[in-house]
Amino acid sequence: MNHLLSTEHLDREVLEGLLDEADGFAEVLTRPIPKVPALRGKTVATMFFEPSTRTRMSFEKAAKALSADTVSFSPGTSALSKGESLKDTALTVRAMGIDLMVVRHKATGAPWRLAEWLDIPIVNGGDGAHQHPTQALLDCLTIRQRFGTLEGLRIAIVGDIKHSRVARSDIFAMTALGAEVVLVGPPTLLPIDPVAWPVTVTHGIDEILDDIDVVYLLRVQTERGGASVFPSLTEYTTRFGMTSARFTRLKPEAIVMHPGPMNRGVEIGYDVADDDRALILQQVSNGVAVRMAVLFRLLGGEHDA
Amino acid sequence: MHDLVLKGGSVLTHEGIRDTDVAISNGRIEAIGSDLGDAEETIECDGAWVGPGFVDIHAHLREPGHEWKEDIASGTAAGAAGGYTALVAMPNTDPPIDSGHLARYVADQARRSNRAEVISAGCLTLGRAGERMAHLDELWDAGVRIFTDDGHVVANASVLRIAMEYVAQLGGVVSQHAVDADLSVSGHMHEGGVSSRLGMYGIPREADNVIIARDIALAEMTGVRYHVQHLSTAEGVALVASAKSGGLDITAEVTPHHLMFDHEDVRSTDSNFKMMPPLRDPEDTTALVEGLRTGVIDAVATDHAPHAATEKDVPFEHALNGVTGLEWAGAVTNGVGALDQAAFFDRMSVAPARIAGFPDQGKPLTTGACANIVIFDPTTIWVPRSTVSKSVNTPYFGRELTGRVKTTIFQGAITHEG
Repeated sequence: MNHLLSTEHLDREVLEGLLDEADGFAEVLTRPIPKVPALRGKTVATMFFEPSTRTRMSFEKAAKALSADTVSFSPGTSALSKGESLKDTALTVRAMGIDLMVVRHKATGAPWRLAEWLDIPIVNGGDGAHQHPTQALLDCLTIRQRFGTLEGLRIAIVGDIKHSRVARSDIFAMTALGAEVVLVGPPTLLPIDPVAWPVTVTHGIDEILDDIDVVYLLRVQTERGGASVFPSLTEYTTRFGMTSARFTRLKPEAIVMHPGPMNRGVEIGYDVADDDRALILQQVSNGVAVRMAVLFRLLGGEHDA
Repeated sequence: MHDLVLKGGSVLTHEGIRDTDVAISNGRIEAIGSDLGDAEETIECDGAWVGPGFVDIHAHLREPGHEWKEDIASGTAAGAAGGYTALVAMPNTDPPIDSGHLARYVADQARRSNRAEVISAGCLTLGRAGERMAHLDELWDAGVRIFTDDGHVVANASVLRIAMEYVAQLGGVVSQHAVDADLSVSGHMHEGGVSSRLGMYGIPREADNVIIARDIALAEMTGVRYHVQHLSTAEGVALVASAKSGGLDITAEVTPHHLMFDHEDVRSTDSNFKMMPPLRDPEDTTALVEGLRTGVIDAVATDHAPHAATEKDVPFEHALNGVTGLEWAGAVTNGVGALDQAAFFDRMSVAPARIAGFPDQGKPLTTGACANIVIFDPTTIWVPRSTVSKSVNTPYFGRELTGRVKTTIFQGAITHEG
């Protein structure tokens, strides 16, 4: 593994290996001194060309827990605003002596370009509506910690799949690990070609509630797309929201997940988000552990697959 | 003593295809036959195809205003390298070619470089803004025969209708970049399985189809000669076929890249596969090749669209639309395997010259005619790795092509030897 760009071609062995490693780092993070010297002397750059706080913080925390140094880049205050190209920005930062770049960019494929231009590992921190592989890893880790395996689980991904890099990453990782994925949403929020995906599709959430192990709610992305893709937030909540009423109809062991940030009262009920079976904060904690595993895998040398 | 003799070619003459020689002197074809006598220079054709120089009715030569991408000298050099002896320059320059003196400037610059005949297409509307008619009379008097806002569709049907009525009276051609602006807004590639997987906004095939259907209705209403640029969909081919069988004076072109590639190539997010209209489904590619074979599609047109590296070496969504193609169009067209020699020259030379109104171009070879000729070897297999264009935004580097331009002759002078 030279880069982590996508989950689309990761096989089960690679995924399980990363999750095993992440479980180990999750234990490190519970120690009194949650830090190991694994990447001392290495420098990780977080290049977030699209506004993000949580994912960047999570990567920086992960790097620091491995004793790597971190430098960060913000488009608003950088030479990008003076017209510098992405390529020149990347080459400039690389020239400072960077060992790995984490990239988030609103354009699909941008991390692939960086992987072409630069001679260091690139981690995709989210490109457009395309891929966000570390999110998929932390989601799978969270599910695996709860159920022991993803094999045979039925996972419903609900909401704006069409514009979601989280869904595009989760679908491939979850199905590679043996889960069955069903997409739920109105046609305007579903991929235009669902038959080409390793999933089933339904437009009605109520018909599947009692047969689902994991309900994965996507954020209603009001800032994406521009055009109106459903009639109103109220109608969305009525048809697809994980309300308290729907929550009580889930199997007792079923869990609810959300990549954040949540719109409480829209895709997830106010109280549902705080229930013990909503693992949303565990997902956040696991984010640090899986990012440690990814950074360690790409920079740690002896574990190179 | 002739200036030049082309020996042993398979020659497309006004009497059909013949294995014969061609003698050229003083810029004209002096004789066609065998044992034509001595010449200053002799080219052995070894059975290669000899026919009228290629004519491109859709090239972006970028002058005036965008000379960092291409200029008329470099663009016609690329044309000569690809077997072209005549080009129609697209008017989306800076300033756009919407008045007579600008069209004259383009033709004058081409005469200075003297590698190919160039006529500018003229804008249909002032500034390509889609609102008011351009200086159509001035443009016509400057030699313009094709009118288009290429790169922009004329969205307002009433504006288009009036411009069509005016161009019909002049005897010109209205040529449309047939992609609906609203359906394609924020789209970067074909809307289909690949765009869905990449999470990129797509441009549905209906963006092309609705404009073609609308324009055919308006062409019938106004009686104008109408030309569809760069067809990309199977339905577009069917619409053109249907209009033609209804007797309308409608023509259509296809680009070499739409004949060779499809949206699967965009999976790489390589911006050298980004163009408008986008590369579509493999089934569309099949329909385009079939349309070219049957003649529903009249012409291959390159849509040669040079861009600097800084405009292409960026994420796909940020890259400008378009790829270069002048140097490889003949090989790509030949390589799809749908055309024999006569049909090949029809789509590459004869039909485009007729559409664009070049009197000295695109004619099967005949004694006394202006010597605008290409020698094309249809069997050579090669891999392009360089270009004479100013820009390198081509999808063909490293691809195996079948057929190669050996020699290009413009007004009796050799402009390219391969």
